[in-house]
This record gives sequence, structure tokens and C-alpha cells, in this order.
Amino acid sequence: MKNTRVLSLKNLSKRFGTVVANNSVNIDLYRGEVLSLLGENGAGKTTLMNMLFGHYVPDNGSIDVLGDDGIMEPLTLGHPQASLDAGIGMVHQHFTLAENLTVLDNILLGSEKIWAWRHDHLKARNKISKIMDKTGLSAPLDEKVGKLTVGERQRVEILKALYQDVKILVLDEPTAVLTPQEADTLFENIKAMTKDGLSVIFISHKLREVLTFSNRIAVLRHGEKVGEIATSDANEKVIARMMVGEDTIENPRDKIELGNPILELHEISLIGDSARTSLNSSNLTIHQHEIVGIAGVSGNGQSVLAKLISGLLEPDSGTLNINGENIKYFSPNEMQSLGVGRIPEDRHHDGVIGEMSVAENLIIERLNDKDINAQGFLQNKEINENAKQLIEKYDIRGPGVDAKASLLSGGNIQKLILARVFECKPIVILANQPTRGLDLGAANEVARRLLEARARGAGILLISEDLDEIIALSDRIIVIHDGSLTEAHNAGREAIGLMMAGESA
Amino acid sequence: MIRIEPREMPSKLWTIGIPIISAFIAILFAAIPLALAGANIFEAYAQMAKGIFGSTFAFTEMLTRATPLIFTGLAATIAFRAKLWNIGAEGQLYLGAMAAVAVGTGLIDAPSFILIPIILFTGALAGAVGMAAPTYLKTRFGADEVVTTLLLNFIIIIFLQMMLEGPLKDPMGMGWPQSEPIVDNGVLPQLIPRMRIHTGLIIALISAGVVHLFLSKSIWGFKIRAVGENASAALHAGINVKRTFMGAAIVSGAIAGLAGVSEVAGLRGYLTTDLSPGFGYTGIVVAMLAGLSPIGVVISAIFIASIFVGADTMSRAIGVSSYLADLVVALSLICVLVGGFIARYKFIRTNKENI
Repeated sequence: MKNTRVLSLKNLSKRFGTVVANNSVNIDLYRGEVLSLLGENGAGKTTLMNMLFGHYVPDNGSIDVLGDDGIMEPLTLGHPQASLDAGIGMVHQHFTLAENLTVLDNILLGSEKIWAWRHDHLKARNKISKIMDKTGLSAPLDEKVGKLTVGERQRVEILKALYQDVKILVLDEPTAVLTPQEADTLFENIKAMTKDGLSVIFISHKLREVLTFSNRIAVLRHGEKVGEIATSDANEKVIARMMVGEDTIENPRDKIELGNPILELHEISLIGDSARTSLNSSNLTIHQHEIVGIAGVSGNGQSVLAKLISGLLEPDSGTLNINGENIKYFSPNEMQSLGVGRIPEDRHHDGVIGEMSVAENLIIERLNDKDINAQGFLQNKEINENAKQLIEKYDIRGPGVDAKASLLSGGNIQKLILARVFECKPIVILANQPTRGLDLGAANEVARRLLEARARGAGILLISEDLDEIIALSDRIIVIHDGSLTEAHNAGREAIGLMMAGESA
Repeated sequence: MIRIEPREMPSKLWTIGIPIISAFIAILFAAIPLALAGANIFEAYAQMAKGIFGSTFAFTEMLTRATPLIFTGLAATIAFRAKLWNIGAEGQLYLGAMAAVAVGTGLIDAPSFILIPIILFTGALAGAVGMAAPTYLKTRFGADEVVTTLLLNFIIIIFLQMMLEGPLKDPMGMGWPQSEPIVDNGVLPQLIPRMRIHTGLIIALISAGVVHLFLSKSIWGFKIRAVGENASAALHAGINVKRTFMGAAIVSGAIAGLAGVSEVAGLRGYLTTDLSPGFGYTGIVVAMLAGLSPIGVVISAIFIASIFVGADTMSRAIGVSSYLADLVVALSLICVLVGGFIARYKFIRTNKENI
């Protein structure tokens, strides 16, 4: 059974202008297996999947899919409907659900005719409950999707794909928003489904998941497949080397004596839109030379905490001190002038102005500086000089200083933000999801810069959903759940995971 | 089968060339209604050209018509760059004109070189206040400025009617609702004797240059662009978004106010309620046609003024309706918008076998 090929990508190539996104990629997928597709950002994973789904037409190559008659047939390229008909389904990294519709409506969306006299929901319900029984996935069918947790939403996405009778399921970074426990459940469910003959392509950045979950690993680098390995033969080091072509840098975190408290939250309360987006009389102290990691599932008060320290929100009660000074007036400008550097969570939306140039984006936080602002006018020479230096120093790759920031890749946009933040020598750094969606190389760069700032004497608040990252970087870990902060002390992975889910360890 | 994909980098040549080509295509399109109206198309175009380039008088008339459009186009440009939708340039124009009349009809007696700057300043100030008020409502209470600025236009025009029937009414006006004339020292000098073209054009051109420098070189301009392109990131970076909106509003309103001053003190001499045939609204078209570029505004204002003046001459000479001018302006805007789309995307013919 295992040896039946269900999908084969043959010599797929795609170029955009002068950029080669994929170059002669050959990948086979067998029935009932989980194939991990690994690669740095920009390695060509998304382009490859977009060709599989008919969003892009390959320049070269072909795709064969196993038909119902057991014969490999070429797939019509460039037509999403053809891919759907061939039984290929995808669960996107960013959910594509309609929040104001019920779970049932969402599952049926796309597979049901719009112009029908009546919708036979009973039949659909039966089919869905059969799928649920078989796979162990469950979701409340009559609840509005907007009311579900992210974990539940993800299950709806998968159910939606399964409802369309997929034989090949692509999961794009499915665990980015899940707690470790939720992720483990997801893996168990999927394992169960592969026993029934489902084949899965699994895209992830997290090596640990890839190692525990998949049968086979294919690695892409610079648009080419650089290797394929059975998971049983692989370990983190081997795969990491295949991905980046070099050993990953182990972050050497030498012990440093803590300095004075640099950021102090005392009994801070801030009422947000709901209980989950509030802070309840929270206390938090960060010292010089210290990285404090905030672990938690997204939507538990992290964004309010980040906005508070960014100066975007004012606390309803409690006090905030920076370097011993009590903050009375909350604004991003004020925080900035006190030496708070901020790496925003959504770097495209809050970090850079896509339509403005790289050079302009690099000085946007320094508009009051004498060398940028001379009597209200921009010093273009200085701005360009500054940009050239920082592009060199922080290795920001892109078309150049005058290019729009939107033309940079995600990793390079983050490098731009790092350059902007770290050049101001901040005493407090808010790093909100600093490596989300970044490839290993860029993520290591972020980690290196954070550790450098720590050595220099900055206090760093690291908010991340990636527990591995928090454990690797933080001197101290604090778990956030429903707007409350709890010191994790020296709890292990599992215990922290439980705390993130709101259960006392 | 044609696929549409966005271009990664629209070239400079395209972004400048497309509006120009679109404008010509729009003029060609005008042949259809002309032919339907029973006119000789070639005769019509010839008359149109004559109306623009036929004589010094024709040409200066066209520039006189372009002057207020440059002002209102700039007003729209600067506000739209911040994504502040100022639809109220028409009202601000009248506020500027009212202020000019209030101080320029005998209230202050001073030589030209003092009185004219005073009139310009008060007019600009009045326009600025006219835009600052709805912007305050927007930043303080979240009132949609599209609605408030638009509706304010009607309020201001009715207020003007009231003033022209009351305090501003010319006692010598034989009962007509019009203001007293601007005193001689307050009138903007003519540029060419016996022609109507006046210094307002020079002020408009200087304004365009200043707005260009302001947007591209000043810190304020940087902030306006940043807020317009991505208000959220601008806020994160420490730019005071509300204050930036207010700054853009004040400059935008002030320039719209100058349009009113220029018309009343440079052209008409006295204020009536028909001072502007919708210059404030046409300014939006001018700005869009120019792709929100201050220098482009000068060109597109001249283009639109040419169409209007040319169509006037044409309608007088061969007896077709001058409303054709509106039609051509509307067509060119549509052509430019479609052209802009073509500039941003590329069209790829896909092979039949692949489908």
C-alpha cells in the first residue's frame, strides 16, 4: 500500500522576472505518508504549492496525479478547479474562513452549488459526522466561526478540505497558532487519517515537529530540491545543515549579572475589548542584561501588553516605570525618546511603510534627529548615507536604498526594522514575535542581535508563540493566559504548555 | 485566454506616459458624441484647437481658467496624499473669497504690497479653518470627512447667500446679491495689458512648486506621506497621526482658500454666488488625473482648462452643446484610471494547450 505513488511533480520550474523561484523540482508523494517540505523563506515552497494548486502556471515541467482508475494522469496546469477535482486540498497558514458564517456553512462553502432550490444539509451533516468519527476531529457545526478558538478554526479548515474528498492534503505551517497540546492532538488526528490512505504534505519551520511527525523530508534551497531523507535517518542538525547549507549557530548565552530594574509594571490593569484582550493587575520587572520571555497562545493579552509598552495604549490603573522614571504620558514618541525600541508583531502592517523607500523607512523613527531634520527639511544626503551603511551592516538584501520597502522579502523587512531599532541603542526592547515566519538564517540574526543588546545592558521583553524560541533565548519565562502573568520558574516544556492552556502545572 | 498579473515595478515612463496617452484617447472618443450631434468632426477639432491656441487672447483665457484649477487640484493632492478625503474645496474656495472681500473692500487702506499679502493671508486662513473644522471632528469623534466636507460646501454657499443679502451686500449694486468690489490696491495685477490673465497664475505656479518641495523634502511632507500610505506603521513609529491630519488639512484648506482669493481679487473684482462653476470638485479630477503629483496638477489643470475653453469656442462656432467639455473631462478621467490599471498590471496571453 505504502508504495503507491499518488502525486509526482516533474521538473517543475518557475521564474519571476530574473528570480528563479523553482528550478526543476522533482517530488513524489506516496499513499498514506506524511512528507515534510522544509526550506528557508524564499526557498520556493509557496511557489511550488501554488503551482500544485493551479494558482501559477509552471514555466516547465508537469504534475501527475493518481486518478480514480489507478493510473497516473497529468494534471491540467493553471486551473485551481482541476486541482480540487483531482483531490488536492490545502489548509492555509492564514485561515480562509468566513467568520460570520457557521462552521457547517464554512465547510460547505465552495463544494455546494450556489443556485440550488434547497440545500440538503442533513446529508452533509451525516457526511461530516462520519468524517469526524473517523478522524477524531470535532467542531461545533452550528457555532459561528468567529466565536471559535484558533485551534478549532484550524480543525474546521481541515474538515472543509476532507469534506471535498481530498486524497492529498497540504498543511501550510499548521501549528503556528496552536499550543503544544493542540499541536500534538492535530498530529495524532492526521496520523489517523493517513492510515486511511490520505497523503499529507506538511510545511513547517519547526524542526522538532517535522522530526516527530513526518515519514520523509524534502528540503528546498534557493528554489531547488537539495535533498530528501527518511525521517528515521534525520536529526535536527542534519536537516538544519541541509536547509541553510551550514551549521546553525548555537546561541551562546553566557551568564551575565543582572543590572538595575529597567522596565517595571506595577499592578497594571487595562481593559480591552474582551477578557482575553485585557491585562489584570499585572506585575512584571525586567532588569538590565535580561531577556524575559512571554509565552502564551495568541490572543491572551500579549497584544495589549505590547501596545502598552509601545505607548499605543494607556493603562486604566497601575504604574509603569522605565529606568526608574514613572511614565505619565503614553505615546509611541515618548516611549521612543525614553529609549524603548520596538519590533512590532505585524511587520508588514505596523513595521514598515511599503510604498516608501528603504532609506525613508530606516529614518522614520528619527525624524526629530538633528542630522535628519534640519529646520524641518529632510537631509537626503544624510538619509541615503545612513541607509547605505545600515544595508551593509545589517545585510538588508533588496533592489537598493531607493526601492520601495514592499519589494523586500519578509526576512529583509525584519532586518530593516532591526537596523532601525538597534541603531538607536535602546535600553528596553520590545520584541513581539520577532522571528515569526522567518527562515533560520534570518531568525538566527534576530537572536544574535537580541543577545548582543542583552550583553550591552538592555532589558528585553520577548513575546513569542514559539516556545522553542522562548526557551532558547530567555533568562526568565512568564506565561500569559487570559490577561494574567504567571512566573514559570524553571518549569519544563510540558508544564509551560499546560500553563499556556490555562491549567495549573 | 489572458491572465492578469501585477507588475513588480511599474516603470517611470509608463506612469508619466499613460495619463498623456489616455488624455489623447479621451479626446478621440469625443468624436463619437460629436458625430452623433451631426457636427463635422474635423471642423469641431479645428475649432477646439483654435479656441485654445488660436490667439493670445484664447491662450491667456485658457490659463486664466486653469488658475483656480491648479489651486483646487493642489488642495486635493495634499489632502489625498494623507488619505484625508477633502471633498470640500468648493466651500473652502468660497470661504477664502468671502475673507478676501471682507478685508479687501475698504476695511483696510494700505498700499498694494501690504494689502495684497493681507488679502491672500486672510483668504488662506479662512480656507484653512474651513478644512480644520471637519478634520477636528474626524480626529476627535471619528466623523467621516467625506460626508462633513461635502455637506459643508452647501452650508457655506447658503451662508454666502445670507452674507451677500446682508453685511457684505454692495449698497451700489442695485439690489443684486453681490459684494462691494475689491479696492484698486487689493486687486491682483494683470500679467498682460487688456487680457484677463492675472498674477493669480503666478501664485498658483509658486504654490505648486512649494507643495512639491513640501511633500518631497520636508519633515511634514514625509509625515503626510507616511500617514497616507500606512497610518498604522506611522503611528507605531511615533508620528502623531492626528496632528499630521490636521497639518495636511490646514495646508489643503489654505490653498483652496487661495483659489477663492485669486478668482475674486484677480478676475471678478466682486463676489457673487456663481464665482466658481464647481472648481472645487473639478480640482479632485485634476488631482486624480495628475496621480496626486503637485507638478502633474499644473499640467492636468491646463489640460482640463483647455478642454473647457476649447469646447466653449467649438460650441459657439458650430453650434453643438458645450456640455461636450464635461463629457471629455469625464472620459479622460476614466481613460486615465483604466490606463493606470494597465500600467500596474501586465497582461499575459496563455497558451491554449495549457488550459
